[in-house]
Amino acid sequence: MDEPRYPKCVNQKSKPSNFCPGCGYGIILKTLGQVIDEMEIAPRTVMAVDIGCNLLAWDYFKLDTIQTHHGRVTPLTVGYKKAKKDSVMIGIAGDGGLYAIGLQGFLHAAHRDDPVMIIGVNNTIYAMTGGQLAPTSLPYQVTDSSPEGKFTYDKPIFGPELTKDWANKKAYLARGSVLNVPQLKQIIKKAIERQIEGHFSFIEILSFCPTNWKTDAKQTIELTENLEKVFKTGVINE
Amino acid sequence: MPEKKELLTGNDVVLKAAVLAGANYFAGYPITPSTEIMSGWAKLAARDKTLEFLQTEDEIAAGMATIGGLLAGKKAWTVTAGVGHVLIQDPMVLAETLSLPFVMYVGQRGGPSTGTVIYSQQELNLARYGGNSEGLRVVYAPSNIQELFEITQKAFHTAWRYRIPTIILGDGYLTKTLSPVDTSKALPQEKAEPYFLNGEVKNLRNCFSREDELAEHLNILFAKYAAMSRQIVESESYKTNDAKVVVFAWGTVGFAAKVAVTNLRKNGKRVGLFRPITMRPFDDKSAIKAVKKANKILIAESSGGQFGRIVRETLSQTTKAEYTRLYKPAEGITPEEIEEKLSEML
Repeated sequence: MDEPRYPKCVNQKSKPSNFCPGCGYGIILKTLGQVIDEMEIAPRTVMAVDIGCNLLAWDYFKLDTIQTHHGRVTPLTVGYKKAKKDSVMIGIAGDGGLYAIGLQGFLHAAHRDDPVMIIGVNNTIYAMTGGQLAPTSLPYQVTDSSPEGKFTYDKPIFGPELTKDWANKKAYLARGSVLNVPQLKQIIKKAIERQIEGHFSFIEILSFCPTNWKTDAKQTIELTENLEKVFKTGVINE
Repeated sequence: MPEKKELLTGNDVVLKAAVLAGANYFAGYPITPSTEIMSGWAKLAARDKTLEFLQTEDEIAAGMATIGGLLAGKKAWTVTAGVGHVLIQDPMVLAETLSLPFVMYVGQRGGPSTGTVIYSQQELNLARYGGNSEGLRVVYAPSNIQELFEITQKAFHTAWRYRIPTIILGDGYLTKTLSPVDTSKALPQEKAEPYFLNGEVKNLRNCFSREDELAEHLNILFAKYAAMSRQIVESESYKTNDAKVVVFAWGTVGFAAKVAVTNLRKNGKRVGLFRPITMRPFDDKSAIKAVKKANKILIAESSGGQFGRIVRETLSQTTKAEYTRLYKPAEGITPEEIEEKLSEML
């Protein structure tokens, strides 16, 4: 059995991590770090984080990083890449940052086929602010701001599927889950490669938030498995 | 170089000055009265592949992309106006906390809201303290097209020398009018350097976990701002030494006021003008000095008193002079109007 190993590009000085116990971000960032190591791209990689739980990753890696504002990770990422074309530019945002306040910038980057990689973490809520309704919340989902259950819309926003209409044919669009790390690793790698080839790439990652979901370990896994039934994982645009 | 006068619009002048200052990256969104600067840049960038151009989906994205360009070591800049100026204050405060040399030309237009599209002086508060800002930026206000050429270049120098966001605050009268301009003189510039991928890992943040951490960060920024202010603060005191009546005006109105003062001086009237060139930092010392002999002060501006409040606060402890206000929000003010007002006051 493989030894659990931490990626070399992780900044050990930033540990212990600021994420809540049981947060899905640990899996996402560790997997991303492994891919960065394997592809040997750390010296030319810059990562931008949004506002939301992902802002806690601002010093997670031994990479150049910048915290942006809520919803603004895509335009800053695009702006940097335009100025430094041989860099690998990774932007991370949550479902609120990407599909609500940041949707405009995100879709236009896809439309222009800007060669950046965006990671969108979907846990169906605004986690940093205490679990409010998100564009990805499920029908009838009770959240901090929808105490009687979500009733405004009958379906959540399906990010990569929506993006497919806007994006160039060569864009890479996929959805992964923290419950399936081998697949997650594969799509992260593919998305970075597509950026290096000069195209837009976007992956949504289904993740869990036991703190705001108010779930124990077993319920957390069950709820995430349920999410995988609603949001189909796999490649959406090859 | 010999003097080279060309007939140009102010928008052409801003563009020319930015290129001369080494600008090589532009991200922006169209808005009247400043659109021609963006489309002018697009045409330049189509011919010169060393110039980057990005037309974004809105002004927030324009500012964020500009910041991306700066981090990569480009002399990145942007241009906006009015309600776009409101939106771009979001990236502006990010540039402020990170001490980035974010250069922006703003063509003021009437407000509140969409207002009118050519002229006003109502974006002064916004330029000085917009966003959840502590005013850690420099705001220059050119009063005529020749000065616009020099100040646009100077803004790039100040921004990169002191690593501070810098605004050139103009209006559509200034940039849509054709005037002869001497564009031969290039001012000295600083070299741009990348913040990222330069061999030293940097983690930049704008969100702090504790109050004392942010306080420490701000104290450093305030100290830097104070030291810089002494170096760059600028104003024009025109015939104020013996002036009994001093007019305070800035930007385009400042130019009209200068004409008025010149005319009245020809008839031996003891009038003078104080015109700030940096709207922030503000040249308090020179303003106080300018009213030493004055018993009356006229404040002329195309806003409901945004400038007047700065003037009265600055002079509050040092003068007993009586104030007269010529406030015309979002309307132009002619030299004749100022001359008439000053004559009444004499």
